Amino acid sequence: MLSFLGLLFDGLAYGTLLFLISVGLSVTLGLMGFINLGHGVFAMAGGYLLVVLMSRAGLPFLAALPLIFCAVAAASLVLERSLYRPLYKSSHLDQVLLTVGIIFVAIAGATYIWGPGQQPVNIPEWLQGQFNLGGVDLSRYRLFLMAVGAAITLGLVFGLERTRFGARVRASVERQRTAAAMGIHVERVFQITFAVGSGLAGLGGALGVDVLSLDPHFPLKYLVYFLLIVVVGGPGSILGTLFAALLLGVADTAGKYYIPETGAFIIYGVMIVLLLVAPHGLMGRKKEI
Amino acid sequence: MIPPHIAQLARRERWSRAEIAFWLAWLAVYFLLPKHLMFASQILITGLFALSLDLILGYAGIVTLGHAAFFGLGAYSAGLLTKYGITEPLIGLLLSGVVAGIFGFLTSFLVLRGRDLSRLMITLGIGLLLFELANRLTDITGGVDGLQGIAVGRLLGLFEFDLYGKTAYLYVLLVCFGLFAVARALMLAPYGLSLRSIRDNPQRAIAIGIPIRARLTNIYTFAAVIAGIAGALLTQTTQFVAIDAFGFQRSADLLIMLLVGGTATLYGGFVGAAAFLLAQNWLSSINAEYWLFWLGILLIVATRYLRGGIIGGLARFARRRADAGKNP
Repeated sequence: MLSFLGLLFDGLAYGTLLFLISVGLSVTLGLMGFINLGHGVFAMAGGYLLVVLMSRAGLPFLAALPLIFCAVAAASLVLERSLYRPLYKSSHLDQVLLTVGIIFVAIAGATYIWGPGQQPVNIPEWLQGQFNLGGVDLSRYRLFLMAVGAAITLGLVFGLERTRFGARVRASVERQRTAAAMGIHVERVFQITFAVGSGLAGLGGALGVDVLSLDPHFPLKYLVYFLLIVVVGGPGSILGTLFAALLLGVADTAGKYYIPETGAFIIYGVMIVLLLVAPHGLMGRKKEI
Repeated sequence: MIPPHIAQLARRERWSRAEIAFWLAWLAVYFLLPKHLMFASQILITGLFALSLDLILGYAGIVTLGHAAFFGLGAYSAGLLTKYGITEPLIGLLLSGVVAGIFGFLTSFLVLRGRDLSRLMITLGIGLLLFELANRLTDITGGVDGLQGIAVGRLLGLFEFDLYGKTAYLYVLLVCFGLFAVARALMLAPYGLSLRSIRDNPQRAIAIGIPIRARLTNIYTFAAVIAGIAGALLTQTTQFVAIDAFGFQRSADLLIMLLVGGTATLYGGFVGAAAFLLAQNWLSSINAEYWLFWLGILLIVATRYLRGGIIGGLARFARRRADAGKNP
């Protein structure tokens, strides 16, 4: 029972990370119907940026995080402008090929600069170690992850539900042409959400250097996870994405702990079954992509 | 007097001079480049594999990221068959194709249910699932070390596979040509035209009475058979199966080859495979990671500027010259 609670805790922390990384992808898909397989590249960039900022520039952990968010968001805007935008109206195959190309370049680039091995990172002392809660040893760092995740979710939901910009985003996701006819600059809305989503992915990647183990093959390794979360959660739905990410995090952690010999089978199997049962996602709208 | 539209259809079916030259060139390789026959058979096998992707992607418009599943199934089946005593290559080839075809038929129902995104994910998932399976069942597949100790018998009981790959090359060339001829006939027939109409406008295809589901299941299975045979050919000619037969990289590379060669052109797969493997051979001898980088750049550029691939570009060039010839 106690080990189960610990497992649940780890799973939720892991799910939080997956949520931070995939929420941007969900919005990209929901808003533009753009199949962006390269989303993990932003997360990897965030991870490597953290390693560089902390070890070379000597920045403290907490100061590096907002910097990473801004840097990745800015870089993603450049990519959006130069590579993604011309293909919004293209076939899905073209989008897939472009983004697979971006993954390959990122893998080769990261290997060239940092080598194929895993990158270590020194998290500050006050986040290391365990604390005891009702007889269960829980990791401080994972609690910190969950707190960050909760804060960001609240911020996102507030931003979407209560602000004028959020209303524009929702309108554009719901019915793009009508939104454009009402005078909403859909492309601008998309640009900003794309940048915020990529920035969050960078943040997630940075926070997950330890938990997700950062190496050059990161974008390919977790590609299925990100896609699965988005499709199960329903493209364009933040709470759906959160729900799916937490579910996947707990299921994957539990699967690896209780039945390690099955390895990745569970995830791939679950993905195929879920897609067959609920092709529109568990909480998604009926919008086929 | 033959009506002009019938004459045009007849012309489409006739083998053009360029096509005959293409296949004669492969035959000439046997005599002119005896030192590179192993590499040449690899190009042919990969080209056949790309052709199978062309049938479902180029002609029928089914997007897939897991086509290597069928290639891997064929490759492992061919290898395992020789271990259980079936060493005649042609029978092995046939059985491997059947195994891949059955798997293709069964999975086609999963794949064809959704639209592009779910198709991508389901094919990706099936591919990864099979990779994991091959990785875990070490007793049968040898795991990451690959399947070793494959002993292929004499072809038809007469021709032995020699060290220089002479028999292997002719065998591969004949099988590739035979399957290509079948695929070509199918795609030029009304059957192939119906696939194109499903790709370009499914609603209109339904309206004129094309059974979409049946056609797609059908071509998906056929493509799986060809991919399986390509895999089996690789096993038989190299006497080894590596686990990367199932890998994501293989599916991705295949998409790139087809794109470079040109989709829905029949020859795009072979041309793309030749260009791709030659470039890979050259660039990765400099540095393996280097290759991945250039591959990525190629993909990014190709989606923007390389419409129709090499074959499409050549066709445009030929048309322009013909036009210039007409009005000087």
